[in-house]
Amino acid sequence: MSTMKINDHCELFQGAEYQEQFEKKKEFERPWPEEKVKEVSDWTKTEEYKELNFARQNIKINPAKACQPLGAVFCASGFEGSMPFVQGAQGCVAYFRSHLSRHFKEPFAAISTSMTEDAAVFGGLNNMLEGLENAYALYHPKMLAVSTTCMAEVIGDDLNAYIKTAREKGAIPNDLPVPFAHTPSFVGSHIVGYDNMLKGILKDLSAGQKKEPNGRVNIIPGFDTYTGNYHELKRLMAIMGIAFTLLSDVSDTFDSPNTGEYKLYPGGTPLSEAKDAVNALGTIALQKYSTVKTLEYIRKEWDRKAFTATPIGIRNTDIFFEELSKLTGKPIPAAIETERGRAVDAMVDSHPYVHGKRFAMVGDPDMLLGMISLIMEMGGRPVHIVCTNGDKHFEADAAELLASSPFGADGKVYAGKDMWHLRSLLFTEPVDLLVGNSYAKFLVADTGTPLIRVGFPLFDRHHLHRQPIIGYQGALNLVTMIVNKVLDEMDRKTMHSASFDVIR
Amino acid sequence: MSTSIKDTQKMIEEVLEAYPEKSKKDRAKHLAANDPTGQCSACQVKSNIKSRPGVMTVRGCAYAGAKGVVWGPVKDQITISHGPIGCGQYSWWSRRNYYNGQTGIDTFGTMHITTDFQEKNIVYGGDKGLDAALHELKGLFPLAKGIGILSECPVGLIGDDIEAVSKKVAKEFEYPIVPVRCEGFRGVSQSLGHHIANDTIKDYVLGKGTLDTSTPYDVALIGDYNIGGDAWASRRILEEMGLRVISQYTGDSTVNEIGIANKAKLNLIHCYRSMNYICRHMEEEYGIPWMEFNFFGPTKTYDSIRKIAARFDEKIQNNAEALIAKYKPLMDRIVEQYRPNLEGKKVMLYVGGLRPRHTIGAYEDLGMEVVASGYEFGHNDDYKRTYPEMKEGAVIMDDATLYELEEFTRRLKPDMVGSGIKEKYSYHKLGVPFRQMHSWDYSGPYHGFDGFPVFARDMDMTVNSPTWDLIRRKK
Repeated sequence: MSTMKINDHCELFQGAEYQEQFEKKKEFERPWPEEKVKEVSDWTKTEEYKELNFARQNIKINPAKACQPLGAVFCASGFEGSMPFVQGAQGCVAYFRSHLSRHFKEPFAAISTSMTEDAAVFGGLNNMLEGLENAYALYHPKMLAVSTTCMAEVIGDDLNAYIKTAREKGAIPNDLPVPFAHTPSFVGSHIVGYDNMLKGILKDLSAGQKKEPNGRVNIIPGFDTYTGNYHELKRLMAIMGIAFTLLSDVSDTFDSPNTGEYKLYPGGTPLSEAKDAVNALGTIALQKYSTVKTLEYIRKEWDRKAFTATPIGIRNTDIFFEELSKLTGKPIPAAIETERGRAVDAMVDSHPYVHGKRFAMVGDPDMLLGMISLIMEMGGRPVHIVCTNGDKHFEADAAELLASSPFGADGKVYAGKDMWHLRSLLFTEPVDLLVGNSYAKFLVADTGTPLIRVGFPLFDRHHLHRQPIIGYQGALNLVTMIVNKVLDEMDRKTMHSASFDVIR
Repeated sequence: MSTSIKDTQKMIEEVLEAYPEKSKKDRAKHLAANDPTGQCSACQVKSNIKSRPGVMTVRGCAYAGAKGVVWGPVKDQITISHGPIGCGQYSWWSRRNYYNGQTGIDTFGTMHITTDFQEKNIVYGGDKGLDAALHELKGLFPLAKGIGILSECPVGLIGDDIEAVSKKVAKEFEYPIVPVRCEGFRGVSQSLGHHIANDTIKDYVLGKGTLDTSTPYDVALIGDYNIGGDAWASRRILEEMGLRVISQYTGDSTVNEIGIANKAKLNLIHCYRSMNYICRHMEEEYGIPWMEFNFFGPTKTYDSIRKIAARFDEKIQNNAEALIAKYKPLMDRIVEQYRPNLEGKKVMLYVGGLRPRHTIGAYEDLGMEVVASGYEFGHNDDYKRTYPEMKEGAVIMDDATLYELEEFTRRLKPDMVGSGIKEKYSYHKLGVPFRQMHSWDYSGPYHGFDGFPVFARDMDMTVNSPTWDLIRRKK
């Protein structure tokens, strides 16, 4: 066994040799004088800078959103034997795969049609034909779910016609489902791409399947990157005794067991169930903003009930179970009521450390709505709510929610803004805690605000996505994270004082 | 033809069976059995050719090469991802190009700055918004020393004139504004992005920096992106040799450093693939010689130190020998400690840039053998440099697909695989020890005398982690 202490980047560069090297290097770097850097640094913390920062219209700085096809490939991967297939330039798919793997610490397969200059001139039909043929031969999918990069959208590739041609030319079997969605990255964000792809898949699979209601419930998780949430949902539905179909179920895709085997298609919503989804009693979406078009489609084309209930926080979870009970006629079992009681008990116990604390938060719209609700239930005060991919509707939803509680009185919603805006806000109107994804750690470095990691992507901490944040158990998990962050911070600040209490 | 070459060729043929005819024919040209002598013509792979659609190439795009690799690390320049939101999001601080500075004030490396194209930009063009964006950035970041405009796909497709905007605004701001035409659909991989970025360095920045004094020992460190601090570890060696590193390309570099490399007496290039272009230019234009070197593993490092020193006077040569003598006992201790754990282990590499060949020596120092190696975006000259480094019959792969990597793994049974994030977790599922050899799996540095101990420690923990034995494998 090794005994030598090996220093890596964490220690090496703090050493005197390297510090000296860095000083000497400045001769060639020609940096600004230290006073100048300090002067500008101080200025960026001012009200004046904030105004300048908020006046910008043409540039995003540290935005918290990704592009449509990322959401599309994520959604597409949650069906049985389904291979996400992206028409466009190949770098995009390399990026989607990397991005999702960095969050989940799981493999993620997706296909690109590798379009280059010639496709820009002549269109991407040949890329689509050869791509479908190769993908089918090499990876044996049961479904190829097609989305697009901005290249294919700008040159106007006609997916519907191309797929038809591919079938005619025998590149793929006639009975292989090939749903598609146009997912331009210059419209909306990853949550819209999820919505478009899901609608495309359901439209394709449900064609000609409408029969009598099958007594099942469809649940659409939305762009939900917590595998723990999927497992939690399955557990809760079992307790409720409700037969349900998850659309789409990425839980196995992003959380498959290690058996010494790599399965390209580890699970997902069975295609037979997805086809039958049109006959469900109704559909509940757990996110509103990643399912707008899909729910509209279900209501209009399937003529079935479809609504949203986001079970983040106690009251939101109450509504979720009530609606579920109403839809299915099944009572809410005592076991669920017990879980509620436990979560509430924990919140009562922890409230002194959260009550009155000011929160800033950044992320996707539905996550934010859930977190605002939960934090206010604890007596916390949401102050800055930044949603880069939020729109007017989100702004109105969030404002209404804040107005529903005295703890929401300090809250202000910033739709379309980014984390550089938030940096200004954290200086001019400081808060106690910050909720956001891994990239919010740069705000921690700049402003010293402690970060509670919730959202996507979570690159720099392991396994957080495995713990549910939905349902009563999810509320308990979130409360645990929040209160212990407060206590860690309290310890950090009081370590060398009398206030370093052992019992809290 | 030797048996080992024949056996490998047979294995490759088997793997190719699954492909449809057209793609099989194409892929056959990219896979070969190694012949270190270079005599077997069937053993040369074709490279730098378009990937087949649908095969699941690992490759990225020109933007990734230009923004992610070359321009992104220049720390006091603002790098704009010009176009829709995604590209900048996915390449946001993922390459770990370490730097010193106050981010958002005088340096901008860990920031994601984008024009976030909307439909109106596609319809009406993005130039007007770009002009306004440049002014907004100038207001918010007065200490920036330049701005790079890294084009994403739509910019080239809709016919924007970012060069005109850059020219106009650069005059106003009195610093370089560099339009980089690295749209992702250009070329066949990251590689063209490197070339395009090198060309823009030449056209917009090179020769424009300030260097007060010169010495006969001035060198530039080219093609080191300071991943996990690599360039710092390499710089330490060069400085201890008595050389003066006036410029780093581009890890932890500044616009001024990029502008003064033409004053070096010798250009030292680590990643040949991504930066040979600028070295060739400086050779032609300024008469600066350049040489490749390799600071992975003690054997190659000693060798490179001596070769570099040979380009200078006796003083530097004496320093070099003294330096080697100083570090050799430590390097020997590292080998002594880790080699017994790693002796005879087989390694499969599939990476980019220089690593498929440059790391072979470091593995060999630890008693390991590289049985397969390949490049995502290599060219013929990379492969020529690789064949002699590997054993006869080893597998050479160009632009390998997920399918091929898995099949070769099954057949070659490597004890560890070194590749990227997209490959990492499928190997974890397979129960095959794996190390990311792009980002060093968030470790590093791996270069030089400070890097080798970290490399050795990491390879040991990869191959010998007890977690692999917890996996209940199907019999």
